[in-house]
Amino acid sequence: MTGPEGVRAEETGATANSPAVSAAPPPADEQGRVEAAAAATGTRGLSRFRLGELRNLGLIGVLVVLVVVGALTRPAEFLTYDNVVVILTLASVIGVITVGMTFVIIGGGIDLSVGAIVALATVWATTKATQVYGTGGVIFCALAVGVGCGLVNGLIIAYGRIVAFIVTIAMLASARGLAINISGGHTQTLNSDNQALVNLGYKDHFLFGRIPPLVIIFAVVVALGWVVLNRTTYGRRTFAIGGNPEASRLAGLNVRLHTLLLYAVSGLCCGIASIMLIIMTSSGTSANGNLYELDAIAAVIIGGTLLSGGRGTLIGSVLGVLVFTTINDIFTLNNLTTATQQIAKGVIIVIAVLFQRLLAERRAGSGAS
Amino acid sequence: MTSSQARDVRRRGFLLSGTLAGAGALAAACTSNAEPEAKAPAAATAGGANDKPGKKVTVGFAGPQADHGWLNAINEQAKKEAGRYSDVDLKITEGSNDAAQQASQIQTLINQKVDVLVILPADGKQMTPTARKAMDAGIPVINLDRVFDTAQAYRIWIGGDNYRMGLNAGNYIGQRLGGKGTVVELAGIDTLPLTQERSKGFDDALKNYPQIKKVGRAAAEFNVQTGQARMAELLQAHPKFDALWNHDDDQGVGALQAIRQAGRTDFFMVGGAGAKSAMDSIKKDDSVLKATVLYPPTMAASAIRVARLLGQSKIMSDLAEQELPSSITLFSAVVTKQNVDTYLPFAFE
Repeated sequence: MTGPEGVRAEETGATANSPAVSAAPPPADEQGRVEAAAAATGTRGLSRFRLGELRNLGLIGVLVVLVVVGALTRPAEFLTYDNVVVILTLASVIGVITVGMTFVIIGGGIDLSVGAIVALATVWATTKATQVYGTGGVIFCALAVGVGCGLVNGLIIAYGRIVAFIVTIAMLASARGLAINISGGHTQTLNSDNQALVNLGYKDHFLFGRIPPLVIIFAVVVALGWVVLNRTTYGRRTFAIGGNPEASRLAGLNVRLHTLLLYAVSGLCCGIASIMLIIMTSSGTSANGNLYELDAIAAVIIGGTLLSGGRGTLIGSVLGVLVFTTINDIFTLNNLTTATQQIAKGVIIVIAVLFQRLLAERRAGSGAS
Repeated sequence: MTSSQARDVRRRGFLLSGTLAGAGALAAACTSNAEPEAKAPAAATAGGANDKPGKKVTVGFAGPQADHGWLNAINEQAKKEAGRYSDVDLKITEGSNDAAQQASQIQTLINQKVDVLVILPADGKQMTPTARKAMDAGIPVINLDRVFDTAQAYRIWIGGDNYRMGLNAGNYIGQRLGGKGTVVELAGIDTLPLTQERSKGFDDALKNYPQIKKVGRAAAEFNVQTGQARMAELLQAHPKFDALWNHDDDQGVGALQAIRQAGRTDFFMVGGAGAKSAMDSIKKDDSVLKATVLYPPTMAASAIRVARLLGQSKIMSDLAEQELPSSITLFSAVVTKQNVDTYLPFAFE
């Protein structure tokens, strides 16, 4: 985790010791050129793309194995429309959070506060005072709390120059504390005026009668995330800053502002996930989002994103989420205990990563010969 | 940084902080949970002649962090009950799930020389030495629910009966099914002894009905979100069954939501603990939830009463004993539509 933090220290050192560096920002065209170069070197251009593809292939392999196991052990229940809906719906909440987490980790940071932010946002959005403003008020409140917490994280990390690990752990503690404080430990349910939100979870509100709105939100967030990460300057800068923040800064990128925005994106994703959780459970509680940070980080990592930043794919993260949700589903279908589930999860994380490494190495080997 | 850049950043910073402050002011108005018309909760049953004010008693209360509806109700019941007596002075510590922190809080109460200590430990085993210290210092300890390792660490134990909770749930389901059918169980956190006891009681009760088969079981985490997730999966695993026992009404909010989302009505559900939302639902009879098995948080109110009696050297006038009993085990009643009105005033939110 030596992403922006480590470099930010160098950055301050540079500013203090050699004023020449900070006094002369490169001209605009130079900035663009170096930025592109940094992006290319930081991510090794085409080979990165292929590597990403391969990592995804490994995960798809794991997913296929899981589906076969599920279909063999519970043939009557696993491959049904209803069960696929359950898996996708359960994947959608943690999936949206994982999209935000992927941005932060590729950008060289870490966000340990996502679970706590979700708890706070669901609680704040379901207080009686918020519910007075109707469905719109609930949605706005969840998004505002999510983005607000993300901005606080980002401001302290980028401008307060404190390590992301510490800042987001502090947010983890205080956001959950505030959630318990506001809710008083109660589970707050949506009142009858806001049933429109709850109805979105019911079958008669599915799109074309088949597709749950939650899964659509998930798909839209993933699609938007993919476009932003792979087809915009913002996305390319995220790779550049995560790969080499010092080079990015010398190239004239506003590393601090970009870092701030990364945590705001993660906060926004938490806000969206909170609304989805409220739809799913018709309630908000300070116990929500427990250990989401670990689930999201695990999904991002088995998805092939480097924990040190600069490299990764969004599709890999989404596949990671699907793998975990499918494992849960198969275990519950087969009446296996939570303890066995945890053991299997750990084993599968290791197998998936080993599998990816093997594929990547074979590819590298065949490329060299 | 050039001056124009600096100005730019400053302006942006100003705009940003302005927006944040505005959003904050708007949002701060939304954290209230106060009911427009605050109903006074019905007072607990009167205490008879023992209720007359007597010697002043200082009661120290240490509980775990109230991050769950039931635990929250424990704290509220204790405070409310202490408020009823002019001769009880309640010193309540901020709840903590950390054994070391709770130990230091109890030590503080011992140092303040309270007359009686009421302790609901985060973990009974870990808190035993601390409770013994209080007993050795001459302060009688009332152990609430999660039992200490040795009887030397408490004067009186008051708590629920997890085994009988499962037993009562199982027997109610068995009778309602007419001794025949399939059952699914949604348990709480599996590593906790209380979950294991509830499940054991449930299984033992089902043994009375050889034609009832438990076909599925999953463990949620006592919260809404895992209740919804595990229930959604259980419903897929079992396209048809006759009854469901859910250990905890807090996770039951999520479980009920999953059942509504799946559009299932082929079974009935029995809850656990006795949350207000569950009892409201039972009263209205608007869902598959037909009953809930109590695990009464009023035990905290009882503990305050017993602490007061202990401090004033009084006895329970309805018993023939000349001393207060050393253990009081509460009964886990089954709340149904027929008797819900009796229990609704004591339900927790």
